[in-house]
Amino acid sequence: MIGSGAISSIAIALMKAKWRQTMVAAMGVMFGITMFVTLLSFMTGLNKMLDGLILNRTPHIRIYNEMKATIKQPIIRARVTETHFIHSIRPKSSFTNLRNSGAILRNLDNDKRVLAVTPRVSSQVFYSIGRTNFGGSLQGVDVLKEDKYFHLNDYITRGNLRDLVSVPNSIIIGKGIADLLLVDVGDQLDVKMPDGRVRSMKIVGFFQSGIKDIDKVLSYTSYKSLQTLMDVPSDHFTEIYVNLHDRSIAPAMALELADMFDTDTEDIVRANAQFETGTKIRSIISYSVGITLLIVAGFGIYNILNMLIYEKMDTIAILKAMGYSGSDVKRIFSIISVSIGLVEVLQV
Amino acid sequence: MSRILEVKGLSKTFIESDNMQVLYDVDMHVDKAEFVSIVGKSGCGKSTLLYILSTMDTMYEGEIILDGEKLSHRTQTELARIRNEKIGFVFQFHYLLNEFTALENVMLPAIKLNKFSKQEIENQAIERLKILDMHKEAHKKPNQLSGGQKQRVAIARALINSPKIIMADEPTGNLDQVNSEIVFGIFLELSTKFDQSLLVVTHDLEFASRTHRIIQMVDGRIV
Ligand SMILES: Nc1ncnc2c1ncn2[C@@H]1O[C@H](COP(=O)(O)OP(=O)(O)O)[C@@H](O)[C@H]1O
Ligand SMILES: [Mg+2]
Repeated sequence: MIGSGAISSIAIALMKAKWRQTMVAAMGVMFGITMFVTLLSFMTGLNKMLDGLILNRTPHIRIYNEMKATIKQPIIRARVTETHFIHSIRPKSSFTNLRNSGAILRNLDNDKRVLAVTPRVSSQVFYSIGRTNFGGSLQGVDVLKEDKYFHLNDYITRGNLRDLVSVPNSIIIGKGIADLLLVDVGDQLDVKMPDGRVRSMKIVGFFQSGIKDIDKVLSYTSYKSLQTLMDVPSDHFTEIYVNLHDRSIAPAMALELADMFDTDTEDIVRANAQFETGTKIRSIISYSVGITLLIVAGFGIYNILNMLIYEKMDTIAILKAMGYSGSDVKRIFSIISVSIGLVEVLQV
Repeated sequence: MSRILEVKGLSKTFIESDNMQVLYDVDMHVDKAEFVSIVGKSGCGKSTLLYILSTMDTMYEGEIILDGEKLSHRTQTELARIRNEKIGFVFQFHYLLNEFTALENVMLPAIKLNKFSKQEIENQAIERLKILDMHKEAHKKPNQLSGGQKQRVAIARALINSPKIIMADEPTGNLDQVNSEIVFGIFLELSTKFDQSLLVVTHDLEFASRTHRIIQMVDGRIV
């Protein structure tokens, strides 16, 4: 067996003579891999951003009470022998609060599958300043939890979500509302409740969800402020947001909770079915484009190496005529290939 | 006299091209210090014969004995070793590696032989180049040398491992009269002064007539 020092010095000498081609081959590999990585990071980033746009703000399970007609219609209670005509039964109450919110919250707090629970209360309101006023919706949230688990602060373009805690009677309004009412952070805004009571609130920030129709109607305040404003007890909540450790069990658990608490539930998978499909399709596209790119780059490299070796057919014949064995020649060309690989790794 | 090379009943058929038979039952031999030439028309099978004798082609029938060793049924690695130790080959075209200097080209077979230190190999290479009066050109690359000079470097390379036999396929076929004369002179000197065995294919009859023995080939047969 001949020393590997001799073999590698021969390989280096052969490579030096074809330095440019060696570099091109290495650059080809580098380009292919760089493009692949870039494309995948871009697509992953895009997916994450879109996920963030919708999924971050969507709870895994939402517990609420749909305003709907009573299921036990009075006709059921009537005697069968007589004929009754009853129709258009109206909903019982205008409030859609969760009746046993305290129990639900306590129960979920102790559930091992649950990462976070946060209640919300919401109400229709009128925003008014001077003589202008228009309808919208005010949400009372658990400020600290909402920020931690639903990244609400990401969408606050001015001010800070935490100001809702430190400043009493404060409100963060949608950018659209601010534009319509020509108000700025620090201004007072009159909020009128459906029952006619008015409360002046201090604007501590703007938020921009990226969805204009939402930004034109929605505002946030702390749930305590809103409960006071609505004159309801402190366990009056309209929704409970639940985030789980494992998102995939959301559909099953949503059904379970609906059954257990006799409420309506919605899970993230059902709420965003079309969105999941979009994510999947984007992944498929990015991977197929990426793999195509790699294959194309791979063929390029294979071609260049082939050319390198084809050009070296004479060299191989001469080396063999001098008594170098097939395995010596293979080692020489392996060293060349590995060197190209190494150069490429260094470049990346 | 001792036989360096003995060939018995050698036949060669190119199976991949219509089973064309190129060599028919060739018997021949080369003795120690003997200078043998092979002559014959173009296409009669001289190169094919030399290629087989140099162990580069193993698809043949018959028996070849080189320096007492049978060449049939050997692995490629063994054949490479035999080629490296015992055979010096000179082609019609010089076939030097352009990536290496003349000196490095001469050293390559000795590096493969791996018997001497790098310094010893270099000294031996310079010695061989001196025999061919090429030592002043030792550090030039092949593309800085003339055709005759390249062929002399190629002969120095064939000599480096002190082979049992030097085989050459039309070594002067690509050279002018003056350079052919020089190369031929070197071959004669090698056989008389250094007892080197030589087997040289040529189409130059004048050249052949000055060798010890002529082998005449016609259509794959020796006559
Ligand atoms: N690799 C090959 N495959 C098929 N036929 C070949 C091959 N090499 C040589 N031949 C044929 O073998 C015959 C002898 O060729 P060659 O030995 O090169 O002749 P010479 O060297 O005497 O001119 C020619 O007819 C040639 O066409
Ligand atoms: Mg020929």
